[in-house]
Amino acid sequence: MEQFELNYPAKRKAPKRAHVGVVGSGDLEVLLEPIDGTTATVRIRTSVDGFKETWKAVLDQFFGQYDGAVRIEINDAGATPGAVYLRLQQAVEASEP
Amino acid sequence: MTNSADVAKGGDGAEWVSTHKSHESYSEPGPSSSALAEVAKGGDGAKSASREYLQRRSFIELSARDRAHGLLDPGTARELAGPFDRIESPWLSVQGVTPQADDGCIVMRGTIKGYETVVIAFSGAFQGGGIGEVSGAKLTAALDLACIDNEKGKPTSAVMLLETGGVRLQEANLGLAAVAEIISSIIALRRHAPVISVIAGPVGCFGGMSLAAGVASYIVMTPEGRLGLNGPEVIEEESGVDEFDASDRSLIWSIFGGQQRYDQGLVDVLVDDDTDQMIKTVRELIAKGVPAVHRSEQVDLYRSRIAGLDPSRQWNPKELHSWSAASLLSSETSATGDARPIDPNQGPANEKEKKP
Repeated sequence: MEQFELNYPAKRKAPKRAHVGVVGSGDLEVLLEPIDGTTATVRIRTSVDGFKETWKAVLDQFFGQYDGAVRIEINDAGATPGAVYLRLQQAVEASEP
Repeated sequence: MTNSADVAKGGDGAEWVSTHKSHESYSEPGPSSSALAEVAKGGDGAKSASREYLQRRSFIELSARDRAHGLLDPGTARELAGPFDRIESPWLSVQGVTPQADDGCIVMRGTIKGYETVVIAFSGAFQGGGIGEVSGAKLTAALDLACIDNEKGKPTSAVMLLETGGVRLQEANLGLAAVAEIISSIIALRRHAPVISVIAGPVGCFGGMSLAAGVASYIVMTPEGRLGLNGPEVIEEESGVDEFDASDRSLIWSIFGGQQRYDQGLVDVLVDDDTDQMIKTVRELIAKGVPAVHRSEQVDLYRSRIAGLDPSRQWNPKELHSWSAASLLSSETSATGDARPIDPNQGPANEKEKKP
């Protein structure tokens, strides 16, 4: 298992927290919480080691579209980049009014 | 049990269909009026039955959280020790396994048909719904709090949505201890209010948790659910493929499946995989109240039934069904009396009003 954190600039406070997904094979869990400040932080815990660059690429793309000040915690059980992106979008959708 | 030649085996799709056909071939028509069976028969009812089947809201396809939420009366559900409380297993990450923020156990309080109820749902996708230190403690605490409420004069029932392979192997000793606690908590609570086990999905309920399911007031299953002590893989591993072929899905379901368990009298209600039917069934059982005699108290009855089963030879599903039908018939005279309904309006506040 590998754990690391990534940071991105944020412009606005997110409306509310959201929880989506499950730590099942090929899936992941996303916990999204609004925080104060102008930085979004993402903490990733994944059962598959050695894919930090891939995670960074997916999150770079995600934060190219999203500007909420949030703390995101990801618990991953080997999801593909596509599944990761969809879960992140789902979490944002659940956190917006 | 590999001599069951009547159990067809094919590709993935064929197997699934044959599972249902094999139910048809040996089972008595139960209360589960499967729309699928209507479709299989063809004829007049087939068209409307297939429409009904497609329009149903699957209970199995819901996430554990949505299942718990769906059972409770609208607007009454509140989650206890949820994912943002981050009460997760401290034992998984040190073994290289990613933990889940709710440890795969969802606890929700609310009412069902006005009756105070706690629903505990296990997420079969996370570690096969395995019981660890934290998930076991959550279930035990939920049952114990309900028990305290009952003792204070606030009737509270419990519904356990069990999708679990039993004890989580990464936390084996703590999981085993948890199962012991869960069972004693169920037995303490079931004196006051009904405790209902629901085994809906194909993960089923195995290992120590099958014992926990068994001591509940009522057991509800779908034909897709499975219930057993040792799972198919465990039996194959221990006794060899000649004893049990764990790759034979139709064999597995014809032994462990909801239909067989219902026919054996080990399950109170068999329902189709339909959210509305599931809600209706759970509501009815809570309204029915505490059984006069719990299944697990009928030791002599079940001992006499097992006495008629010769374990020195293999039994195929059809024989097993005939045996259970015969043993059920012979024990039909043992009436168990009426259930004792609980009063949903009885509570500390009302108690006070009653006093002059």
